[in-house]
Amino acid sequence: MATTQEWKFTAKEIAEKPDLFLPGHRACAGCGPANALRMIMKATRGPTIVTEATGCMEVVSSIYPYTSWAVPWLHTAFETSAANASGIDAALRILKQKGKLQEHVDVIAIAGDGGTFDIGLQALSGAVERGHDFLFVLYDNEGYMNTGIQRSGGTPMGAATTTTPAGSVMPGKLQHKKPIADIMVAHNMEYVASATPYYWKDMLQKVRKGLEVEGPAFLHVFAPCPRGWRSESAKSIEYEKLAVESCVFPLYEVVNGQYTLSTPSKLISLAPQKKRPVTDYLKGQGRYRHLFNPKNKYVLDEIQRWTDERWTILLKKAEQNA
Amino acid sequence: MSSKDKGWKEIAPAGVTPKSSVGFMTGDWKTYMPVRDLEKCTTCMMCVLYCPEGCIRWRPEMGKIEIDLSFCKGCGICANECPTKAITMKLPEKEE
Repeated sequence: MATTQEWKFTAKEIAEKPDLFLPGHRACAGCGPANALRMIMKATRGPTIVTEATGCMEVVSSIYPYTSWAVPWLHTAFETSAANASGIDAALRILKQKGKLQEHVDVIAIAGDGGTFDIGLQALSGAVERGHDFLFVLYDNEGYMNTGIQRSGGTPMGAATTTTPAGSVMPGKLQHKKPIADIMVAHNMEYVASATPYYWKDMLQKVRKGLEVEGPAFLHVFAPCPRGWRSESAKSIEYEKLAVESCVFPLYEVVNGQYTLSTPSKLISLAPQKKRPVTDYLKGQGRYRHLFNPKNKYVLDEIQRWTDERWTILLKKAEQNA
Repeated sequence: MSSKDKGWKEIAPAGVTPKSSVGFMTGDWKTYMPVRDLEKCTTCMMCVLYCPEGCIRWRPEMGKIEIDLSFCKGCGICANECPTKAITMKLPEKEE
């Protein structure tokens, strides 16, 4: 990443940039991913092609005959977000070879957690292995919210979904979340990062860095879904903040295998008393409501233990590279 | 116009969504609407950045923030995230 320059900007400059994800899309009120995509598209640096797998954001933005995308946009099936991106990249490369295209075109592939953690993983892995030049944006709302709130590989432990309902048999989902960023780091990618729209400056910088990388880059964006999380629509952005402060979703960058904590998480690592208990983040979300029943206390303890463990492992990785 | 009126070379090669969604007003979804207190507003832009619809816009030529209620779904994120609590969610007055 020798060419990467630190991109400096203010909130006003970002507000002045035109929206490439237009208003009028049919997302629910308080949709976290819609906000995330709107912000991500503000970090583009020139001609951009977006490809999107099936998921909430694909469905809400392209209801016939309307489209919310002010950029060239391509959709095919659920598993093909990264495969599409590699096809677009190959086409652009050929056009450049033939001299029909001079300027650089950025390719962004967008998929939800279902299209990345589960269904699209092999396509993503293959595209990264072949080294295509694209940025993969995973908007993680922790479930198949589009098809009726089913569990996915990205759903955290204890969350009630329609396929893991909380009741006398089980206390929500029994397994922990898949460590998708670590899986991507294991592909020896040049750039992997986690971001969330509450820390918009951090997120926009990461998007720009991901675009500047020559080769595949992966961005894990945490975006709440008020409908699927049974939370208040006004609190979507607040949960993004709480998730970072409770270390459920730490913010970090991995450049060529070197872990670095981003500022919001770094502040917590420097002042551990600022780290909030996970209950601060869990309470208020209807999908975790059953955990506050005394008989399910062990699930809360397990979530806290697992979160602490993941945080300690991340700190160690970041320290080793400091 | 149906596709029968066109030859196969005239029809777009894939499903093309021809209209911009700016023509689709989602503002009629809302129950509550944001009302801004101009005295408290410091134009910090947080409502502009955090709005999922993009219906709160910064107008640099006028130096003010404009709320486009024709797209607002009334989620209340702007009111929740405003650092100076300048935005409150209110029920619109009923038209008699």
